[in-house]
Amino acid sequence: MSAETDPVPPPVLPSSRKLITALAAIAMISGLLVAVTYEVTAPVIKLNQQRALEQAIFKVLPAATVHANFRLEGATLSALTSERFAEANVFAGYNADQVLVGIAMEGAARGYQDVVKILYAYDPAQNGITGFTVLQSSETPGIGDKVETDAAFQENFNPLDASLNAGGDALAHEIITVKNGRKVNPWEIDGISGATITSTAIGHALNDSAQAMLPPLLANRDLLIAPHTKGEDD
Amino acid sequence: MSPDSHAFIFLNAFLINNFVLAMFLGLCPFLGVSGKVKTAWNMGLAVIFVMIVSSVCAFGINHLLVRFNLEFLRLISYIAVIASAVQLVEMFVKKFSPALFRTLGIFLPLITTNCAILGLALFQTNREYDFTQCLAFSLGAGAGFTLALVLMAGLREKLELADVPDTVTQAALSLMIAGLLSLTFMGFAGLGG
Amino acid sequence: MATDPRAPETLSLATFTQGIWQENPVFVMLLGLCPVLAVTNTATNALAMGLATLFVLLCSGVLVSLLRKIIPKQVRIACYIIIIATFVTIVDYAIQAISLDLHRALGAFIQLIVVNCVILGRAESYASKNTVINAFVNALGMGVGFTFALLCLGVVREILGFGTLFGLTLFGASFQPWAVFALPPGGFFVLAGWLFLFALIRKRRAAAIPEESHVA
Repeated sequence: MSAETDPVPPPVLPSSRKLITALAAIAMISGLLVAVTYEVTAPVIKLNQQRALEQAIFKVLPAATVHANFRLEGATLSALTSERFAEANVFAGYNADQVLVGIAMEGAARGYQDVVKILYAYDPAQNGITGFTVLQSSETPGIGDKVETDAAFQENFNPLDASLNAGGDALAHEIITVKNGRKVNPWEIDGISGATITSTAIGHALNDSAQAMLPPLLANRDLLIAPHTKGEDD
Repeated sequence: MSPDSHAFIFLNAFLINNFVLAMFLGLCPFLGVSGKVKTAWNMGLAVIFVMIVSSVCAFGINHLLVRFNLEFLRLISYIAVIASAVQLVEMFVKKFSPALFRTLGIFLPLITTNCAILGLALFQTNREYDFTQCLAFSLGAGAGFTLALVLMAGLREKLELADVPDTVTQAALSLMIAGLLSLTFMGFAGLGG
Repeated sequence: MATDPRAPETLSLATFTQGIWQENPVFVMLLGLCPVLAVTNTATNALAMGLATLFVLLCSGVLVSLLRKIIPKQVRIACYIIIIATFVTIVDYAIQAISLDLHRALGAFIQLIVVNCVILGRAESYASKNTVINAFVNALGMGVGFTFALLCLGVVREILGFGTLFGLTLFGASFQPWAVFALPPGGFFVLAGWLFLFALIRKRRAAAIPEESHVA
């Protein structure tokens, strides 16, 4: 290891005012610079995040032309203005005729390297999941990231059965990823051979999220039917 | 194992996403450590201690920053905390074991610029771990770091007796070994379900 | 390779070029290796990281040089670190504002620039002892050298591991990417490969010019 960063003996903790003043002055200048940068970049960053989210929403809900933000907490569904998109976890998509075409929600599960975050679309008319897009993943390139590109894997979502049970408090059947070629039921996902861990992660993400969110969501479906225009508060 | 359980967090940092071999943190001491297992072991222990202290302090500081909406000061405050923690460990080691202090020499103050410590603080903040999860994480990370260091030192001890061509510098050789170790550790993927 | 403890040097081309070849922070001094291996899985990430580090090197070098007469000796490391951390935070927000995808790809390693030994080392051994212009030029050289090293790795790893370069597909659809190079072990292997190559070049040069030799 080179001695380039010649280690200084640790700075003697100052009792003299000069040292403290110097440190304090530097700290204040630094703090000021950082605060200014933060203020300048914050609105731009927020805009970027909003754009990225909208891109994802319209990717999983291709029939939608406008979307509305909601927040589902426990059993209460509340509408949010477009400003508060960061707090939303449910996005309803409407087409040009103001008809609800689908609902986008987030799911996450542990994959091969790290957590895989997805945004998936649920179609209430078909009681199923029609597709998903990966928001964040560190999966193995060329292997794990096939979940987004593999045509056969996407076939699973035409649609993936996510109907509720008789009591309406959970999914009728657990969504589960099975080994490639073993899919029998519409609520199973045919995994990609060679990318089992990531395929299973998608299954877990969908199941965990759907089990938790679909029952209360569908109980509140009236709130979703009528689109809310941007800027309107409820 | 649930991904939020302490056992899994520990295992993840220790083996599956080993801080050195998978996350590329703490490479300077990893490559620069002497070819002696004993020194590596001591260095590892010092790092574990600094990691636990830094992790706890970072957790506390983060809560304060969030409370007062000062998140942009996070990096600066973390670094300050780590520098102080290293300072503390140095004084501690110097007082209670001067021999160890001499052996570790340059590496002790260099722990401040060790990406592993700062990386630990940043990751635990990103993943929003609670207090006990932070402890499990820092223990796992420290243990993983020590494991990688000891493995490397052990292998290099053996290599001292081998006939290595001139053009293969010490560094290139260490990197090849590191690559092979990293490849082996990939086998732990998917551990814990 | 030893740093010059004597009086501040006069500005020359060497001030700039030493950071690129003789004292290349990655290939010669083996500093700042964490980002070198972590974010070089694609050439774009490597370039972005190199530029971010260059920015921090320049700004911190200039500021440290400006304040060199004012910063007391006893607390200088602490001051340098605060200054470096400031510019790293600025770069972090700047990247978020430019491209969220890039920010996600680089991840925590943007903030880890602050513990990149190259920057602290330069501040301590050069910027604190030289004029602002010298410090600027030297930091520029170091930053360019660092970016060069990152690109060496990024280009190789992307071509082998993805079959693309800066996002452009190079080979046909039948190309099977050599995935290991996009993964951690690949980073180690490629860096080892480059170090071996440079050692070979140096040895050949040393053999050809007997009166001057750079020892690896």
